Amino acid sequence: MTAPATTMSGSGYPRVWQRYTMGQRLLRFALYLVVVAAIVQALRSVEIIPEFLYDAPEQMADLLGRMWPIDWSFYFEGVHGPLMETLHIATLGTILSVLLAVPVGLLAANNLTPSRVVNQLARLILVSSRSVNSLVWALLFIAIFGPGPLAGTLAIAFRSIGFVGKLVGEAVEEAQRGSVEALTATGASKGAVLWYGYWPQIRPAFWSIVLLRWDINVRESAVLGLVGAGGIGMALDTAMNLFQWDRVAVVLAAIFAVVVVAEIVITQARKRIL
Amino acid sequence: MAAVKRRPFALSWQAKLITVLVVIYALYAAGQLDFSLERFHAGLGHAATLLARMFPPRIQQPDTLWQGLAESLEIAVLASVLGILVALPIGLLGARNLMPSWASWPARAIVALCRSLHPVIVAILFVKAVGFGALAGILALAVASVGFIGKLFTESIEEISLKQVEAVRATGASFANVILFGVLPQVFARFIGFATYQFDSNLRNSTMVGIVGAGGIGGTLFSAFQRFDYDFVAAILITLIAIIMLGELLARFVRAVFLDNLGFDTILQRRFDAARGLGSKPLTRAEADE
Repeated sequence: MTAPATTMSGSGYPRVWQRYTMGQRLLRFALYLVVVAAIVQALRSVEIIPEFLYDAPEQMADLLGRMWPIDWSFYFEGVHGPLMETLHIATLGTILSVLLAVPVGLLAANNLTPSRVVNQLARLILVSSRSVNSLVWALLFIAIFGPGPLAGTLAIAFRSIGFVGKLVGEAVEEAQRGSVEALTATGASKGAVLWYGYWPQIRPAFWSIVLLRWDINVRESAVLGLVGAGGIGMALDTAMNLFQWDRVAVVLAAIFAVVVVAEIVITQARKRIL
Repeated sequence: MAAVKRRPFALSWQAKLITVLVVIYALYAAGQLDFSLERFHAGLGHAATLLARMFPPRIQQPDTLWQGLAESLEIAVLASVLGILVALPIGLLGARNLMPSWASWPARAIVALCRSLHPVIVAILFVKAVGFGALAGILALAVASVGFIGKLFTESIEEISLKQVEAVRATGASFANVILFGVLPQVFARFIGFATYQFDSNLRNSTMVGIVGAGGIGGTLFSAFQRFDYDFVAAILITLIAIIMLGELLARFVRAVFLDNLGFDTILQRRFDAARGLGSKPLTRAEADE
């Protein structure tokens, strides 16, 4: 870090110790000011209707009251199938995204692809994939393939490319050069260097990225159905549109359970694999 | 001598088995989800039409676009602030090295609950509770922020060195002073890291909660989709990507200032060096990574 600024006294010894220089403090202060200004501006202009806020507890109580005798019998009738569909969407989407993301991630890694232009192009692909939300991806793919799980799977896959590709690229960039140079010196081909030099080094990172993304995808695929892209979200949407809140409660409980199970699965898998 | 050709680094049979199983699963799941080549082919034609209708992008209702964007930004800012304000005490309560277990378990349960549901689902519930509009979006994203920041804050407090805490406590400091001078300085850097990350994430999600009626640009985007105004959709998407990239740059700048002690003087010095043709050497880690 930078040297602390000091005020010299006559004898040449510092009398007052300051952690940051004037410039650093100015910049920090400016940022604090920007944050406060943003908050004040947002508070002044945001439209909040107070009447809605006052009866929120009442509405919440009403909602819970309508949910209460939870219609568990609805689970096998209309929740189990969509729930399995959601898991398939998440898993297939993850597999597809890994297939698509790894090449892009390798192109984005500077030590593997020593071309600035290609790196930047690959990074642009990764950033745009991450900047578009999965629901928006779903809307786009619905416009292309029609409503259904195909659109959902592709949305999950395209949204995950950015995440998986970025982290794989960073893992490759952090790899040690030793074994790579040794392999290159033996005259190994590019593929062999990749497979025997880089892959063993990035393998733990790779599996933890895939597991983490699968966990996120399980959560995301649960809401894709709200825009018509298949899975349990469709059941949720239908139940809400019909104001069958007791069924909504079953769907929410099912989503909650799946998310918890997914988290347990990845924790166990991480312990085994890593 | 029979030359047995053996590949020295062949895949182990477990690896082969796993690959085969993954392929079988993928085919089975694709069958379950009714994927077919005809649909894919038909889709490619639709994709061409869609792209043709998306370009050139056209801003049909500039007022709606700007209002939606402003509301999304407001939602992101207020949700981050509210989320951080709520998450800090809960995160502190959840730290097992400072708090008794009767305090840390409920705090951890709250954080886990906030994390487990997707922001959009939470937004649906809040739309029912507080009506359509930005407030529902703010509350929903604040819940998500509590889940994320609370968890990371707890974890980073649990990793601090207790020596400084003991030293402060040994001076007879009150509990508040121990937290203020013994704990918070140790986690401040990581706090800045995940607060900027959460703001970034809230910015992305604030563009989406509108789809369920919780305010922001999402509602505009969704209705543009439903009216098949794909050129307006393209315009909104491009604006969103630009704003999200700006947000990312801002987050990186904030991290450079707070974590790598970037100052006005450093920036000026670098400009000066560049102008004199000295070429600036990478001064900070954050600058070097892009």
